[in-house]
Amino acid sequence: MFIIDNIRNEFPILKQIVNEKPLIYFDSGATSQKPQVVIDSIKHFYTYSNANVHRGIHTLGDRATVSYENARNKVAQFINSQAKEVVWTKGATESLNLLAHGLTNSLNPGDIILISALEHHANIVPWQQVCANTGAILKVIPLDETSQSIELHTAQMLIDLHKPKILSISHASNTLGNIQPIAEIIKYTKKYQTITVIDGAQALMHLRPDMIALDCDFYVFSAHKALGPTGLGVLYGKYEKLNALPVYQTGGEMIKSVSFDDTIFAQAPGKFEAGTPNISGVISFGYAIDFMNKIDLNEQKSFEKSLFVYLKEQLENISGIKIYGDLVHNIGTISFNYKNEHPFDIATLLDQHGIAVRVGNHCTQPLMQCLNIEGTVRISLAFYNTQNEIKQFIASLKQCLELLD
Amino acid sequence: MFRVIRLIGPLKMNDSYIKFKNKILQAGSWQEKYREIMLLGKSLPALPPELRVESALVNGCESNVWLYIDFNNEESKLLIVADSDTRIVKGLISIILYLYSDLTPSEILSIDASKEFEDMSLLKHLSPSRGNGIKAIIKAIQSKALSMS
Repeated sequence: MFIIDNIRNEFPILKQIVNEKPLIYFDSGATSQKPQVVIDSIKHFYTYSNANVHRGIHTLGDRATVSYENARNKVAQFINSQAKEVVWTKGATESLNLLAHGLTNSLNPGDIILISALEHHANIVPWQQVCANTGAILKVIPLDETSQSIELHTAQMLIDLHKPKILSISHASNTLGNIQPIAEIIKYTKKYQTITVIDGAQALMHLRPDMIALDCDFYVFSAHKALGPTGLGVLYGKYEKLNALPVYQTGGEMIKSVSFDDTIFAQAPGKFEAGTPNISGVISFGYAIDFMNKIDLNEQKSFEKSLFVYLKEQLENISGIKIYGDLVHNIGTISFNYKNEHPFDIATLLDQHGIAVRVGNHCTQPLMQCLNIEGTVRISLAFYNTQNEIKQFIASLKQCLELLD
Repeated sequence: MFRVIRLIGPLKMNDSYIKFKNKILQAGSWQEKYREIMLLGKSLPALPPELRVESALVNGCESNVWLYIDFNNEESKLLIVADSDTRIVKGLISIILYLYSDLTPSEILSIDASKEFEDMSLLKHLSPSRGNGIKAIIKAIQSKALSMS
C-alpha cells in the first residue's frame, strides 16, 4: 500500500523549516531527496566496511567488494539487464561523454547523429564535439509547435530520411516533463541498424525502464535523481555493443595485465571503471534501489499522476499563467511563466515561502529558443510530495504574483 | 568609450542610501521589504537596448545583469551604470548604486557591502548559488576602485 505519510517519514530533510515555513521541495528534477536508509548506508560503510574493492585479501575488502557488486546486481535487476551490462560512471553526463568518445571511431564524415529538440545540454554538446571531430552531422527532431512535444511520425520521417548512425534522445524531458515515445522510436530505427542511446536521467525514478522491453543499445542515468547519492551514474549497454567500445579512461582496476610494453584491458564493465570507484556511493545507491522496489510502481505512478493533474488544474486557474509541454504524457514536471514576469523574481519570492523551485533555461537553451522564451519556472514533483503541499504552493504563488502585479 | 549616464538624482548618494536602508529596516514584513526593493529597481532607468550587450553581461546564469564602470578623471570618482531584466536583481543593483555611485575609489574601498546587505537581512542574495551576479558587481566595482586608488 502506498501511504504517503509513511513515505515522507523516510525523508528527514522534508521535515525542515525554511525561512520560517515548512519546506516544500519541488525541485526533484534537479536532484531527488534521499531516504534515511540511503543516508545511513553511507555512514555505515565508512564506519564498518571501508576498504578498497576488488583487491583486499582481508575481511573489510571482502565486505566492501560484496556490497559494491551486490549494488550492481540490484541496478541490473531494476532495469531488467545483466550486471555485466552496468557500468558505474560519475553521472549521466559522464555516461554520455563516454559513449560519445567510444562511438567516435565508428563514425564517418556525413554520418547522421539524430537527437531531439528536448535534449539537455549533456545530450547535445558531447555529440556536437563528436561531429566536429569526425565530420558527422547533428540533426534534430523538432518540437511540434501545437503539442510542444516530439511527434512520433516526425521522428519516423526523419529516421527514414537520415538513416541515422546514432540516435540519442531523452526518455523524459527535464524541462517540460514530456515522456517521449522512445519504445516506438527505438523499434523504428532497427531497420537502419541505428545505435540507440537513451538519456534516462529524468525517467529512472518515475518510470523504471525495462531494458529488454525498450531494446535500446545504451541507456544512461544519474543516481542522485533517483534517491541515490551525487557523483554516481550508470551507463547501461547491451553487452556486445558495450564491450566493443574502446576504453575511456585508463589506469588501475580496468586492466587485465600491464607491462611496460603493453596493456591488456579488462572486459566490460571493468574496462570502463578506471581507478578507485565511488564505493560508498554505489553501495548507498543499492539501498535507494531497494527503497524503490518496496514501492509498487503502479501505485507510485497513479499517486504522481494525481499530484500532477491537481497541480496543472490549479495553475491553469490562475489567469496570466502559461504552461508548456505535453500535459498528458508527463513525469510530473511543469514549466510555466506568468505574464512578462521574470522566473527569477517568482522563484526568489517563493523561496521566502519555503518553496524550492528551479528557474532559468534548465540547461536546455535550444529548447528555450524553440519555445521563444528565455526561461521558465519549473516545478518537478516526486512521489514524496503531497496534495497539501501543492495547495500551499498555489496559495503562496498567488501572494507572490500579487506582489509583482 | 560609451557615454556614461548619470543615474542618481539631486540627493547626495550616501544620504539616499541611508534613507533607503532605514526604509528596509523598518519594513514590517518580508513582502514589504521586497516591495521596496522592487520599487527602488523601478526607479532606476533602464539601459538602452544598444547597451544591453553581451560584452557588458556579468556572469550570472539565471538573470541577465549588464554593468558599466567608468572613471571620471576630473572628479576622481567612479561612475557605475547597471541594469537587469529581473525586478528583484534590479532593485538589489539599485542598492549597490546608491551605496557606491559618485564616490572616490578610496571611499568605495572603505565600504563593507556584505555588512550592509547583512544589516538589511539580504545577505543571502550575495551567495554564489543565487546566480544573480550581485556579488560579481560588487567585486567588479571594488577591483576598479582598487586599480584607480
